[in-house]
Amino acid sequence: MSLWKIAWRSIQQRAFASALTAFAMGLGVALVVAVLVIHGVIDQSFRRGAQGYDLIVGAKGESMQLVLNTVFHLGQPTGTIPYSYFEELTEGRFSSAVEAAIPVAMGHAYKDYAVIATIPEMFDQLRFLDDREYSFSEGRNFDANEPFEGIVGATVAKKLKLKVGDTLRPTHPGEEIVGDAADNEHEPITIVGILEHTGTPNDRAIFMNLDGFYKFGCHQKGPSRLKTLLKERNEPTEEQPADAPHEPEATNTLVLPGIETSHDENGNAEETAHNEKAHAHEGETHESHAHKGHVHSPVPHNERRLSAVLVCTDHSKPRLAMELPDVINEEADAQAVAPTRIISQLFDGIIGNVQLILVILAVLVVVVAGIGILVSIYNSMSDRRHEIAVMRALGASRLLVGMVILLESILLSLGGGAIGLLLGHGLVGVLAPTIAENTGVIVGAFRFQWDELILIPGLIFLASLVGYLPAAVAYRTDVAKSLAANQ
Amino acid sequence: MLELRDVKKSFAEPDGGELPILDIEEFHLDAGEQMALVGRSGCGKSTMLYVIAGISRPDAGKVRIGEWDITLFTEAECDRFRAEQIGYVFQTFNLLPGFSALENVLLGMRFAGGHVDRARAKHLLERVGLGHRMSHKPTQLSVGEQQRVSVARALANQPRLLLADEPTANVDAGHQQQVVDMLRDGCREEEVALMVVTHTPEVAQQFERIDNLEEINRAVVL
Repeated sequence: MSLWKIAWRSIQQRAFASALTAFAMGLGVALVVAVLVIHGVIDQSFRRGAQGYDLIVGAKGESMQLVLNTVFHLGQPTGTIPYSYFEELTEGRFSSAVEAAIPVAMGHAYKDYAVIATIPEMFDQLRFLDDREYSFSEGRNFDANEPFEGIVGATVAKKLKLKVGDTLRPTHPGEEIVGDAADNEHEPITIVGILEHTGTPNDRAIFMNLDGFYKFGCHQKGPSRLKTLLKERNEPTEEQPADAPHEPEATNTLVLPGIETSHDENGNAEETAHNEKAHAHEGETHESHAHKGHVHSPVPHNERRLSAVLVCTDHSKPRLAMELPDVINEEADAQAVAPTRIISQLFDGIIGNVQLILVILAVLVVVVAGIGILVSIYNSMSDRRHEIAVMRALGASRLLVGMVILLESILLSLGGGAIGLLLGHGLVGVLAPTIAENTGVIVGAFRFQWDELILIPGLIFLASLVGYLPAAVAYRTDVAKSLAANQ
Repeated sequence: MLELRDVKKSFAEPDGGELPILDIEEFHLDAGEQMALVGRSGCGKSTMLYVIAGISRPDAGKVRIGEWDITLFTEAECDRFRAEQIGYVFQTFNLLPGFSALENVLLGMRFAGGHVDRARAKHLLERVGLGHRMSHKPTQLSVGEQQRVSVARALANQPRLLLADEPTANVDAGHQQQVVDMLRDGCREEEVALMVVTHTPEVAQQFERIDNLEEINRAVVL
């Protein structure tokens, strides 16, 4: 008969008290498991988002802000960069270090989900997670030649019950949608595809053609638009015959409220928004509504602005790839950041600390539960003194009876730990659909974190520690006195 | 086989003094011999058994069992020796409540550190008439059955010496003889020396040798 069995029988003898003690330990362990799993979820959901490209090129400013906005579609962009950066990365002076570059322009939303304007190559050339290709659960990628086609992420499609063929009209964040006709600045986007679930922030975004973005009425305010407006005023329309008198104020002195124009180094006119950081076209006022049924001509390249460019560096040229961020960072109005590095900083600096505090709290709960085991076993010692004396009289050594008590403590801890693992993972299993919907990370109820392995030696150590005192009591039991006391 | 020489044992009193309990000049028990030890309460019978079993250490003197003087043993050696060489039957049976009848017998073997002979344990239980109640817990057994289990447990390791401390005190008159017979027959078959402490004259009279501790213990004030 093994010592484990002897210890187990002792636990069975006090089944109710033992079960309560183990359950208390189980609750503590469940808390630890939940914290570890949730930490893993946060870690994955953060790190996954930035996979598939090496650099983000965006406006100067807080690199963290640039990453949060570009990768996670959170907050505001740092500003905008000229479209020419995309051209420089694909065909110009930076192109030798670049394998692929994807422009993104943000600043629109649809029912709280970010609408990101980009090019179809984003889903053809970029990969996510472990080199996985994007695929569509329904429909196809949007067509480069169809400016008002778009696709939606899996979560968006599910939450908003969107399907292929549906249309949506992006708005500026905070604007209310009041009927179809209320917003004539934004042409409706026709959904042509629904992305398969990726477990990345892209599940919670809507993507549209960048060309369509530049055709939105709200972007028709650059110098070229001024020219167009002037031209429109001077040319006859269907309603206005060519010989109709022009309004006197329709002169080349027209200035749109809220917009100033300036010229960059290259002599290109660019708009300077009052609040340029808000989004690719933030700060523009909305007076220039497009007329219903009228599609605006796209903003010319030299006036286009981007929120960021996602860059896959050419890994066959490691030196050039390594130097690229430094070269871009020397530019007056752009910066290049490695999202994985920024996310690691964010995680280790802020989220890691929060997690540490949660783990400490959970461990404290486990320690309290451990003290519960100590109290439970210690309280039982006075009842068991005679039993221990009998064992000793039958030839059990002091060490052996001490070991039995220690094993009892370890069994209670490990049993509680097993209950806690089941409870913790069961809880995660129950919460899995919610986690998947909100973070995009799919968590299996019984997908264990490596960190959980530390629970086994941790619990054994704790059990040994709390079992030591009652074990010492058992060790010191005076056999003759205890036997005599029961006669 | 068993020899006590100049064994002294006293207990500390609350006032700091010492109360002598045992003072035995000489005591012998041969291999396979069976005897009853009698004496009034408080004359040191249980203490003498504890000293012989190595549960209590004498203040002076020698306790030889076979070729070993157990007073020279360390406590751990004493425990091991007790488990292997001495069987003990208690007045209150002292079966471990969480274990079945069979497991109680096996425990005695486990503490001896040797091979746990399940077949022998079962055989012993069958011999005391409990073949059908092996998996029963002590609380599910009658008083007489519990004492029979404790006899089987005491014989489990084929000891040289079996010490029985008033084994019939808690057994009704109808079962007293049964317990005595089991002890005597079992020890005879296993060639184990038997020393039974008893207050019951009917039990003592069944033994060829009856020692009165009051006569051999010089610590007893008559």
